[in-house]
This record gives sequence, structure tokens and C-alpha cells, in this order.
Amino acid sequence: MLADYGYIGLLLLVVIFFAVTALLLPLTLSFLRLSPKKPNLVKSSTYECGMETVGSSWVQFNFRYYFYALLFVAIDVLTIFLYPWAVNLKQLGLFGLVAMVVFVLIVSLGYFYAWKKGVLEWK
Amino acid sequence: MLVVIILAFFLAMVMGFIYIERRGVGRFQVRLGPNRAGPQGILQPVADTIKLLVKEDIVPAKGDKWVHWLAPVITLIPVMMIFAVVPIHDGVGLIPDLDTGILYVIAISSLAVVGIFMAGWASNNKYSLIGAMRAVAQMVSYEIPLVLSIMGVILITGSLSMNQIVQAQSVPFILLQPLGFLIYFLSASAELNRTPFDLLEAESEIVAGYHTEYSGMKFALFYLAEYGHALAMSAIAATLFLGGWLGPGLPSFLWFVIKVLFIFFIIFWIRSTLPRLRVDQLMGFAWKCLFPLALINLFITGAEVIIWEALPWWLVIVNLFIATVLLVLWSKLFRSGREKIAV
Repeated sequence: MLADYGYIGLLLLVVIFFAVTALLLPLTLSFLRLSPKKPNLVKSSTYECGMETVGSSWVQFNFRYYFYALLFVAIDVLTIFLYPWAVNLKQLGLFGLVAMVVFVLIVSLGYFYAWKKGVLEWK
Repeated sequence: MLVVIILAFFLAMVMGFIYIERRGVGRFQVRLGPNRAGPQGILQPVADTIKLLVKEDIVPAKGDKWVHWLAPVITLIPVMMIFAVVPIHDGVGLIPDLDTGILYVIAISSLAVVGIFMAGWASNNKYSLIGAMRAVAQMVSYEIPLVLSIMGVILITGSLSMNQIVQAQSVPFILLQPLGFLIYFLSASAELNRTPFDLLEAESEIVAGYHTEYSGMKFALFYLAEYGHALAMSAIAATLFLGGWLGPGLPSFLWFVIKVLFIFFIIFWIRSTLPRLRVDQLMGFAWKCLFPLALINLFITGAEVIIWEALPWWLVIVNLFIATVLLVLWSKLFRSGREKIAV
């Protein structure tokens, strides 16, 4: 059981090794002068289709995205509760099903409220 | 050793898929596609890799250098880790019998968003930031129908282990869960940012989205992560709904490859057929259509599992009927995104 997760840890190490090697290889190549490394002011400026860049892009952003994020948090917690229930439903029987329908309806009240308030519209 | 073999197998499959998609999309667009490197252009992915290796690596001067470096690594790692639990053959895979298999896949695959957002943020480029913001909103929204549609399969098998789910499929679950498969497929192609849902790298408006400022090997890692994710999602669809390695005649792993290829073919068929959605249509589709349908599908499946110990064969017809009725009802009730919007 625990050995299974050991395999996952091993895979993680191998994948990190793979990704880091893939990024270090071009560095080595440019060190050996096999690939070019000639940065200049224009080349390393921000690419905006040839226009001069105005200001930084690290600014406050459209709040509409955060609505979806908040709604996602509420519903995603619901799905986590659903997983153990789904595995054991055959043992739980009808009572389990009805209980979960009631629970989902309670959580869905928030979803319907958000829908009614126009959070799901992109206006 | 096993770890390296499994990883090499899937990386080889990703390479093959890149070639197949480029050739296939070429044919769809009435051109030949890559056909110069090797016989029929089969060495094209290798040639691309070598080309990208010796390209200059440009880091934008105003960007955050460390995060810019880290982002491709963080995007690639979770995608490659998904392959740990996919069974290629009965019990063959890295850990196909992991008893939290599907939960592990969902937990890991949603981490890729972090890398994409880091890439968009670190570039300090307006196009990158818009692309990254759209990516987060889209992937977060489609995560929920994806997770709920998988749950129908878990209800029928009563197990989270990928290998046991395959063994439970005397009939492929696509017949018992037609609506579940449809929802999974649509939200998976949205998670993959494939064309009807590719707002985050919409070439005609925001250059290349989150990887506008990336070049050389870092871009290659993003490319690899994208195709790796496509392969992973197709592999999970094949395992959960099409019966994985089960099949008559041919060797098991060949059946697995054929089914994955079939799902992948449909994904890029759709890519080369449909135009891009608008952002309000995209969000409305996830929240107003797929999410309620997935919930209804979940509870109908739950009721069926409780009533019958072993599901009878005529349920296939009943479920297909229910799926059709629900889809027609939804398409009549919610016509999302017909009106004009202020952008």
C-alpha cells in the first residue's frame, strides 16, 4: 500500500529530473556556443505586435474571473464529499441516496442564487 | 527501471500523437502536412526537438525571471505524473491498482493550471496575462462537470482503482453512461484547450496566449505538456468508458493504444471542424448546461445502482433515451450567448 505511493514519489523524482535536464541542455549548448545567446534591448522587450509597451501588466484585473473562482471553491468541496459516497453507495442503499440528494440541494441553493444574481452571465 | 519504461512508453506515444495530429490536420485542411523528415515525415517530432534545442532562449527583460523558468517545469510535472495509474494491460502499468486511482488523477491533473498561470504572470505581457486568466477561469469551470461525469462510472463499479474499473466492464461503460461520456468528453476537450474551447491561445486575438514570451526548449516543454495532457485525457476516457485493454483477438496493450488513438482522433477531428466559441458562451456552457446535466446523470445512475444489483441489459436503451431527452430539453431551455455582449 505504502509502496504504491513510494512509486509515485519515484516517478515525481524522474519527471523532475527529465524536466530540469530538458531546460539545462540548451543552457549547456549556449555555453558551448552551439546555440546563440545575443540579447539586445529590442529583442528582450515585451512582445506586443510591434507597439511600444505602455505600463506593466501586473495590475488589478477584471473581477468577473473571481466570481467563477469563488463559485468553483463551493462546488468543488461538494464533489470531494461525493467521492467516498459514490464508492459506498451500494452498501448505503436508499437512505444514502436521499441524504445526498438533500445535501446537494442545500449546496445548490447557493448555485441557483448565483445564477439568479447574474454571476454566471458574462456582461 | 519500471518507472523509466512506463515514462518512455508514454513519451513515445506523445511523439507519435504529435506526428499523427499534424499529418491528420494537414489532410483535413487539404494539404500534405510534414512529409520531409524521414519516410512520410515520421521523424518530424525528432527534428522539431533538435531545432528547438539549438534555438536562442529569450527571457523578457521586464518579466520575473525565476517564475519564467519554473513555469514550464511545473506545467509538465503533473501531466507526466497522471500516467502512473493508467493500466496498459491487466495489472501492467506503474501502479494500476492504486486504490485511489481516479481521485489521484483528478488531484494531479488540476495542478497544471498553476504552471500555466505562472507562465502568463511571469511574462509581464498583456496578451500572456489575458490568456492565463482565461485559462484559469476555463479550466476551473470545466473541472466540475469533468469530476461529476466520472462519478457515474465509480457508482457502477464501487471502486476508484483504474484496473478494477476496467475489469468491471463486461459491456463498455459508454453504453451504460452515454450522457456521462458526452459530458466527460466535452469538458476534457475544454480542459485540453482544444479548438472549440481554445480561447486562451486564440491566435487571432491574443497572439499565443500564455506562452507568447516563450521560445526554445521552454516552449517545447509547454508543447509536450499540452500533448501529454491530451494523451492522458484520451487514455482515461478509453479506460473508464471504452473498456481500456479489454478486447477480443489482438493483444491487450494494442487494444489500449487503438482506443486511445480513437478518442484522440475524435478530439482533433473536432478541432479541425468547429470554430472558436465566445467567452460568455464558453462559461455559460460549463455552468448552465454541463454542470446541472452531470448532477442529474449522477443521481439517475445512483438510483439505478440501488434498484438493480447487476444492471440489466435493457438499461442501455433506457439510458440512451434519458440522455437524448435531457439534451433536447436543455438545448430548448437554455440558448446561452445569443445576445450581444460588451467586452
